[in-house]
Amino acid sequence: MSSLWFWIVAAMVVTYVVLDGFDIGAGAIYLLAAKTNDERRRILRAIGPVWDGNEVWLLAAGGTLYFAFPKLYASSFSGFYLPLMMVLWLLMLRAIGIEFRAHIEHAIWQDFFDVVFCMSSILLAVFFGAALGNVVRGVPLDATGYFFEPLWTNFKLNADIGILDWYTVLIGVMALVTLTAHGSYYIALKTDEDLGRRARGFALLCWPLQFFLTFSALVATYFIRPTIMANYRNHPIGILIPIIVVACLAVMLWANPKGKERLAFIASGLYIAFMLVGAAFALYPVLLSAREHQYDLTIYNSAAGSHGLRVGLVWWTFSAILAVAYFVFVYWKFRGKVPVGEGHY
Amino acid sequence: MDSALLIHRLHFAFTATFHYLFPQLTMGLALLIVVLKTIALRRNDPVYHESARFWAKIFGINFVLGVVTGIPMEFQFGTNWSHFSRFAGGVIGQTLSMEGMFAFFLESAFIGLFLFGEKKLSPRAHWWSAFGVFAGSWLSGYFIIATDAFMQYPVGYYKASDGSLQLASFWTFVLNPWAGWQYAHNMSGAAITGAFIMTSVGAFYLLSNKWTVHARIFVKTGVIAGCIFSVLQIFPTGDRQGKMVTELQPVTLAAMEGLFHGQTQAPLLILGQPNEEQGKIDNPLQVPGVLSMLTYRRWDAHVRGLDAFPKQDWPGNIPLLYYSYHIMVGLGSFFIAIMSLALLLLWTGKLFNARWMLWILMLAAPFPYIANTAGWMTAELGRQPWIVYGLMRTEDGYSKLVSAGNGLFTLLGFMGMYMVLGILGLFLLWREIDHGPAAASLSNLQPSTDAPREVR
Repeated sequence: MSSLWFWIVAAMVVTYVVLDGFDIGAGAIYLLAAKTNDERRRILRAIGPVWDGNEVWLLAAGGTLYFAFPKLYASSFSGFYLPLMMVLWLLMLRAIGIEFRAHIEHAIWQDFFDVVFCMSSILLAVFFGAALGNVVRGVPLDATGYFFEPLWTNFKLNADIGILDWYTVLIGVMALVTLTAHGSYYIALKTDEDLGRRARGFALLCWPLQFFLTFSALVATYFIRPTIMANYRNHPIGILIPIIVVACLAVMLWANPKGKERLAFIASGLYIAFMLVGAAFALYPVLLSAREHQYDLTIYNSAAGSHGLRVGLVWWTFSAILAVAYFVFVYWKFRGKVPVGEGHY
Repeated sequence: MDSALLIHRLHFAFTATFHYLFPQLTMGLALLIVVLKTIALRRNDPVYHESARFWAKIFGINFVLGVVTGIPMEFQFGTNWSHFSRFAGGVIGQTLSMEGMFAFFLESAFIGLFLFGEKKLSPRAHWWSAFGVFAGSWLSGYFIIATDAFMQYPVGYYKASDGSLQLASFWTFVLNPWAGWQYAHNMSGAAITGAFIMTSVGAFYLLSNKWTVHARIFVKTGVIAGCIFSVLQIFPTGDRQGKMVTELQPVTLAAMEGLFHGQTQAPLLILGQPNEEQGKIDNPLQVPGVLSMLTYRRWDAHVRGLDAFPKQDWPGNIPLLYYSYHIMVGLGSFFIAIMSLALLLLWTGKLFNARWMLWILMLAAPFPYIANTAGWMTAELGRQPWIVYGLMRTEDGYSKLVSAGNGLFTLLGFMGMYMVLGILGLFLLWREIDHGPAAASLSNLQPSTDAPREVR
């Protein structure tokens, strides 16, 4: 039962990153890709009807984590106290950047919110990447099951460890490049003319970086945690995951210049999904690894009571079907290229 | 109180109090907008359509602020109250997770269609989008209240071998008897905020002699709804909640009422300042026997005072609890008074010309916010010193590894952030009110100045 919840939470996190990832990425290229007010409004209109719903996946994943693995929720949220609070501030700034800009037609007002939206998107991507880096690298959990990490110490992986070190910064940069590419493919898909062309150009620029960072991250991960390959050795089926990742990278490189925006965007989404699934596959059954492995939080020592998990499965399934139905409906309603000069934002 | 505990309590209290300024209007207005849209659809009346659109704009700004200040709430259970989360997460994780899965998805899916999709949808489909937003926001309210109800009166759990609480019975937990009346009381309070704000804006337009056709609809809808919900607020919802407190948290009742010593024919205290040092009320203004009547339905019933309970189980801040409760009740009575008077004037056709009454209605706008805040302070201060009533003390629930210094750092950060959000929100709301409802005809829904502009 707790294995099932491990994969449900993982699937929700993946959904969050793939969906909110494209509107965060769109924010990252926003200032450079969109030159005119009309172009900026088109980016906002491309993500406007969906960004809030995408972000709900973060809340829903957080809530599901809380309910299925309360110990993990308690340890990780208090341990990552400072970066999480900063993520909250960035989420707030990003939301008002998107939503308040349109209320006043004044250049100063709009320029201000443009910068707020773009900068908060970029920083969020880096923070999320660094968070993933921390989960893979391990945190200083002890016998009490709690830890507290400062933001940074000396950027080295030694006893006195911080949220940011060379490894987690590397993963943060990889996340930024990945989401920037993802957002670029989305904007290329949803817009045309100069803006669409520029978005394709950004995606093209990102590709070699993404390729290089993917391999550096894999090598670095193996270097700092050689045990990470154990699950792959024991279950060779897992080898399919890196193969799919490489295939997605190839499809992105091939589809983008040919103007197959939908294919490129889907490949980018699958790339993100399988990178994360690959990490989850390697970590299973560990939820949050400790620097000293006897203190790992696993699905066995962190799960809620079995009755709660069984009951939860009933309503979770029902609500997940509803949620997917809403998303299909909303995305279908706002399908196609963003029309010029019409709509809010 | 050690300083980390104080910081973590202030952290949650500040963010929760500021956050709840927005959802109460969201939930109240969502209901009234559905009412306006229903009338608009039935009568095919463009003025009602414009009214609904005007309030949808106010709703939109308020909704954004509610969403952004709401995200930190879910996080803080883990960041600032991790020992509590580990202890009770096996139970309350259920409702907090359900809020996201059932309510937030519903709300977020329909909010875009509701605010920006009127041109894309048929009038009936647009009505359904408004209803979806209403249903989502009211559903979300229930899950939060059910979570709080567990902290006030834990049911449906068992204690696992590691000492944590786990779910034993889903329906007992979700249908906690405490949650039912608390939910009714809370939602009625939200509807009062919506009604007072709508009335206030209408009264402002009537007094400034602008958009009077729309303004009459606002005042009429607001006064009728305000009157209904002000009455429901006291009876039966407030009365029944008081009875639950009497039965299940008697020490809280004694502190709320300022009853230091138990007695028969206990008086209802209208005014007076609790003097904890001497265990009495200074300058009391009281009505004999009424508290006994309200709590036990008998004039001569014995009501237990604070002296009947060990001091370590008394709520930590008795004066603040006492004042919160009295402010809530006082304002609640005031709402009934002005709303029934306004309804009487409306009935006799004099309200729209009674400038003195319109002045009162216009200036009454802040009071429901104060009453709702005071009500929540009563509930949460009254629960002290427990974080889960009778099972875990507040001092055992906070994140022991998050130091007071780190807590203060983020508390100050939130204060700065919320000050900016508050100023921006008030500024934008004022602009919408200043533009008025006539700007909300369907052809004007989009900003008209579409000309491309070079930004650099």
